[in-house]
Amino acid sequence: MSEFEPQIVAFFCNWCTFTAADLAGTSRLSYPPNLKIIRVMCTGMVDQKYVLKAFLNGADGVLIGGCWPGDCHYINGNLKARRRVANLTEVLKQYGIGDDRFWLRWIAASEGTMLREVAIDMTAKLKQLGPSPLRNMGQMAV
Amino acid sequence: MATFAKLSFQKDELNKKASAFFKGLLENGAVDAVLVPMAQAKNGVRLTLVTSAEHTAQVDPFAPIAAVSGAKIASALTSRPSGRKIAMVLRPCEIRAVVELAKLKQVNLDDVLLIGMDCFGRYENTDFVKFQELGGTSESFLENAQAGKTSMPDFDIVGACKICEFPTADNVDMRLCALGAGNGNVFIEAVTEKGGQALEKSGLKPGAAPAGRDEAVKKLVAVRTEARDKRFAEFRAEVSTFEALADKLAPCVNCYNCRVACPVCYCKECVFVTDTFRHTGEQFMMWADQSGALKMPNDTLFYHLTRMNHMSLYCVGCGQCTSACPNNIDLMPLFRTCADKTQARFDYQAGRALAEEQPLAGFKSDELFEVTGQAK
Repeated sequence: MSEFEPQIVAFFCNWCTFTAADLAGTSRLSYPPNLKIIRVMCTGMVDQKYVLKAFLNGADGVLIGGCWPGDCHYINGNLKARRRVANLTEVLKQYGIGDDRFWLRWIAASEGTMLREVAIDMTAKLKQLGPSPLRNMGQMAV
Repeated sequence: MATFAKLSFQKDELNKKASAFFKGLLENGAVDAVLVPMAQAKNGVRLTLVTSAEHTAQVDPFAPIAAVSGAKIASALTSRPSGRKIAMVLRPCEIRAVVELAKLKQVNLDDVLLIGMDCFGRYENTDFVKFQELGGTSESFLENAQAGKTSMPDFDIVGACKICEFPTADNVDMRLCALGAGNGNVFIEAVTEKGGQALEKSGLKPGAAPAGRDEAVKKLVAVRTEARDKRFAEFRAEVSTFEALADKLAPCVNCYNCRVACPVCYCKECVFVTDTFRHTGEQFMMWADQSGALKMPNDTLFYHLTRMNHMSLYCVGCGQCTSACPNNIDLMPLFRTCADKTQARFDYQAGRALAEEQPLAGFKSDELFEVTGQAK
């Protein structure tokens, strides 16, 4: 049987983390292809419904990547995102999706290597955890 | 300094005495209107907006029923204010929801005299009808509840009230005190200066505080808190996975009644009734294709999780969600256990204080470092 390949939905902010992904690419750094990147203008616009929908549709992990505090292109979108992530984590944790499946990370535009490391770490962690509890429920769950 | 006025009543005279108080408030110009539970023409008790002192005879402020959350009524009456002074008699859970709605600018407290009643709990609307048919009155309810008995032959107060640790109201101008008042008495307490002026105008004579009140409140809070912790533990053991959650919500028909009844579900337009969720046939087919089958109506779990994510920070545990469910899903413990976690994360308590900022209304740079695990 082939090894379990986790599906990770990644919301990357246009200004920092998506640019870091670009940098990783132009620097020819390879990282696991498990990330399905969605480019957003800011982590502050990642509605928690997007995260819920990703999990309900079978994602094994959700990664939100944004600028470091103080570097947000919109001044404080990332700080708002942090509170929202904390809140949703508390909701999901009760039923088996903990902060090991739902990550928020600050990755600056210059941190292509860090993006690679986060992608490797998260993929490894999810391989260890196995499929998300919602995946097996399939479309009966949403 | 709090002032108390004693209302002693003979048998079947509680509401008559209470009505004299509200009549006094209106006649002497303490307020222009009173929102108070009032007996309906035939049966039932509803919050009623009274502007004429002539119409206070049917008041029944301690009736164990809350057909619609008074916080929603308060919002309807004040979000676009009339400019007239209004006294609102509400239950503690309704007051706490009012506090949350005031922070969201959906209630305006400028011209409001908030009066919180001591609450021993409420019956479901259908049970309240039975309660009245069995000859139950607010007086009999208070007398039994003081002795710790709220159950009737085949029903009791709702589950939410059994585990409610807030039998008295804070953030109010006045309180209608029944706890520890002894049989045949209730007290009216002026908490704020505004409340004190109103009490003076109502014509009641200030006197001593009810001797047994603090003790009685403490005792009831302890009983309720213990029941709450027990219920939380039971529910968490029962629903600890998404599968168990889906099972719990299996009877749900996506009617969204729980959202309509919820006093703190604050969105003006819920996303679940917008075009966002008006999918095409093709889209449904695509979802069904993914795993071969799609439960319809879909988005049930999505809806409830979204609600937890939106309102659990402001959940006051009133239990209107359970009361509203046409398919008898006991939603209250679901939202309350969730609220317990989310509110604790932000060291927040819904309805505790007007000055306390709602967690998702603000942010700080030096907080929640554990979310990313990255320091800077």
